[in-house]
Amino acid sequence: MTLLTIKNLCIEFPGRHGTERAVDEVSFDLSPGEILGLVGESGAGKSTIGNGIVQLLSAPGRVSSGDIFLNNTKISTFSSKEIIKIRGSRVGFIFQDPMTSLNPLFTVENQLVETINKNLGIEDAKEASRIAIDLLHQVGIPDPEVRIKQFPHQFSGGMRQRVVIAIALAGDPELLIADEPTTALDVSVQDQILSLIRKLCRERQVGCLLVTHDMGVIASVTDRVAVMYRGKMVEIGKTAELLTSPKHEYTKSLISAVPRSSKKVDRFPLVEYIETTAKGLKHIDVKTHWLGQGTRHENIQDLLEIKDLNLSFVTRDAFLKKNRKYLQATRDINLTVKQGETFGLVGESGSGKSTIARMVAGLQKPDSGSIKFDGIELVGNPDQVAVKKARLQMQMVFQNPYSSLNSRMKVDDIIAEPIRFHRLAPPQEIKTIVGDLLDHVGLGRVAGLKYPHEFSGGQRQRISIARALASRPRLLICDEPTSALDVSVQAQILNLLKDLQDELGLTMLFISHDLPVIRQMCDRVAIMRYGRILETAESEDFFEHPQNEYSIELLGLMPRFDKIYEVEATA
Amino acid sequence: MAQFLLKRLFQVMLVMFIISAFCFGIQDSLGDPTRELAAMSMSDEERENLRDTLGLNDPLLVQYGRFVARAAQGDLGNSYFFKEPALTVILKKLPATLELVFAASIIIITISIPLGVFCAIRPRHLFAKFTMAASVIGISIPVFLTALALIFIFSITLGWMPSFGRGEIVHVWGYWSTNFVSLDGIAHIIMPSIALSSIMLPLFIRLVRAEMLEVLSSEYVKFARAKGLGSLTVYFKHALKNTMLPVITVGGVQIGIMVAYTILTESVFQWPGMGFMFLEAVNRSDIPLITAYIMFVGFLFVIVNTLVDLLYGLVNPMVDLVAGK
Repeated sequence: MTLLTIKNLCIEFPGRHGTERAVDEVSFDLSPGEILGLVGESGAGKSTIGNGIVQLLSAPGRVSSGDIFLNNTKISTFSSKEIIKIRGSRVGFIFQDPMTSLNPLFTVENQLVETINKNLGIEDAKEASRIAIDLLHQVGIPDPEVRIKQFPHQFSGGMRQRVVIAIALAGDPELLIADEPTTALDVSVQDQILSLIRKLCRERQVGCLLVTHDMGVIASVTDRVAVMYRGKMVEIGKTAELLTSPKHEYTKSLISAVPRSSKKVDRFPLVEYIETTAKGLKHIDVKTHWLGQGTRHENIQDLLEIKDLNLSFVTRDAFLKKNRKYLQATRDINLTVKQGETFGLVGESGSGKSTIARMVAGLQKPDSGSIKFDGIELVGNPDQVAVKKARLQMQMVFQNPYSSLNSRMKVDDIIAEPIRFHRLAPPQEIKTIVGDLLDHVGLGRVAGLKYPHEFSGGQRQRISIARALASRPRLLICDEPTSALDVSVQAQILNLLKDLQDELGLTMLFISHDLPVIRQMCDRVAIMRYGRILETAESEDFFEHPQNEYSIELLGLMPRFDKIYEVEATA
Repeated sequence: MAQFLLKRLFQVMLVMFIISAFCFGIQDSLGDPTRELAAMSMSDEERENLRDTLGLNDPLLVQYGRFVARAAQGDLGNSYFFKEPALTVILKKLPATLELVFAASIIIITISIPLGVFCAIRPRHLFAKFTMAASVIGISIPVFLTALALIFIFSITLGWMPSFGRGEIVHVWGYWSTNFVSLDGIAHIIMPSIALSSIMLPLFIRLVRAEMLEVLSSEYVKFARAKGLGSLTVYFKHALKNTMLPVITVGGVQIGIMVAYTILTESVFQWPGMGFMFLEAVNRSDIPLITAYIMFVGFLFVIVNTLVDLLYGLVNPMVDLVAGK
């Protein structure tokens, strides 16, 4: 018996420059109680399928051909009135970001009760409210009687996603469509939410279509998986089989691009299938090039020394000092980064890792403590010339390549700006240098004439890196440089960073919440929680023999793609 | 809450201090009040005596201190023309203006919200396009022109509507006489309130539309649809309440501005309100009345904004008035 059957589904977005086919001849089916993963990179059309099933496509999009059957009823031809009856009551939806999928102005009770009223036809407010409390209890929210009266902003991210799941289940649906349900959450919360979805699907015999880009998520909860590539489904099969012996080239490259947490490799396998770098780039010899001739430095042991660094934010202001409330963002941070190494800062959101990066880069002023770069004190040093000179030697690569580049400047100007500002090269040479930099990061010098919006996320991150290199830094601070990118692109960017480090002897402060990435990139790591460093260790030691309790827990929660993969492989 | 009000009170005092300094500056530099007060034949010596008794020869700071001390007690000086306290003159005229602003606000709210929502939900509908085009024209036509056109069409040509004054008013309480009880009173307030709302109405239609479009593209509206809620619930429960947040903020400021805008409308329609009074006071160089008016309007602005902030806190649970965020 099948719950959902999709046959030759095509979804099109008519636009000014012709019609774009987002989903192309996709067919699969789903049984009750089964979790089918839909995996692919951004733009693969995986979310579009989920939205297309209940006709939630955004404006010009439409199902152009193909059939969708829900329990042998053809729903692809339903009118908007008929489809509204299905939404919520037979098909439940979970969206990616729990911070935005709940209406901020209504209580959780209100949002649950309206769903129950509509989908179960229960008009009695008390009865509906009782069911709502019961649902919250089922999804694991403590004190549901009290919390139901609260507004969404009073819940944490993970708790909100539980509320969203409760709402999705309120109509007792047969099918659950989960669109990246854990992408916006921390690893520990992700694990809880995934187990919850899995448990509920099993108990209630609900079929689940799980849309995600994360192979770890696929490996840990799905029964079967379908791989999407540019609107086409390239492969479908049992999760364990597909992950261990992928047949299609794309699946193979996708899997190989996922960073392993089990062992460190020198470079990531290049995934030419997905995005190739520009060809015929000028190769520069770093030793003789401008880029390699920065302020050369005698080899010192510790490039960056941080001592007792403290910072707190005011979370609640008050007239009287004693009534003010503070959040201790970092607490007595001590760490040293050696010349030429990659130092990783790991932790969940809110652990203070980005705050440290911002303080090192001078974007945030610490309350107390000391930051020494190459022996120069950066905190409260009256010699501003020396501080400025030190700052020149550290550059930052930010998380989101979409917002960290000025969209009204040409790429050439973006990269040339630090060179011009610090007068690092004679004006007539700047153009050549910028071109060389663009070649060096794999974009090609023609890219310089374009504006940032003409590039993909990965290409933009290359621009960010080129910009950071333009002041010939010794320390590169990378704040989650790849977490906004697809895995294949992530592999390329990480390779690029490693290459640059080898050539230029860069020191890196690498911040990430992604443990496999940390393992691949870092020589030493520090684990952070609640603004404190819990453990500092050699990266290999940390992954093999974690000392701290929290580290062990964190490693246990790591996306288990490798685990299943290895068990199956050795079997 | 108490802390919020206390904070506000402090801000009110600061704002009023700045306005009072400004007003005092005007009073001081607009010429010698003895010229208006005294008879033509008064000798220089007598004039000097009068200046002494009025305290006009004291140092500027002393004069200002006296001005503030009096103002704090509600004494903003006496109007030269009306020969009574300026504040009393204003309070007598206030109800007429407030009723006019109230009527205009009703027109704005009842028309702009449905139209704005409609233009957001059906952006391609012919009527939506027409509304958007008309709103641009509406914004561009000055109030006095609209007012004159209304008088020309409905009063002079068609003869349907009275063209000036408040008509029949019914005394309610204190200085307050209302237009809203008698048919004649209502007939008199229609055209002035339309004229007054003509500038703000297109602005609000566009504001509601833009905010609604923004909200409609949000994730929680999509989630509300995915929950299976009907379009009406999605539009008028989930989307509209979120749309109203910025509209409330802008609306508060605009109501204050509207009180000031009544000057034009009131003078065209001979509406016996504060704006008309202010214009006359300027013509008569009635300086105490001018300064009292400016101080009073400033005070009104602060009060309206405080009320708006309280209302905003009521609608938006994320705003914690105590924390002052």
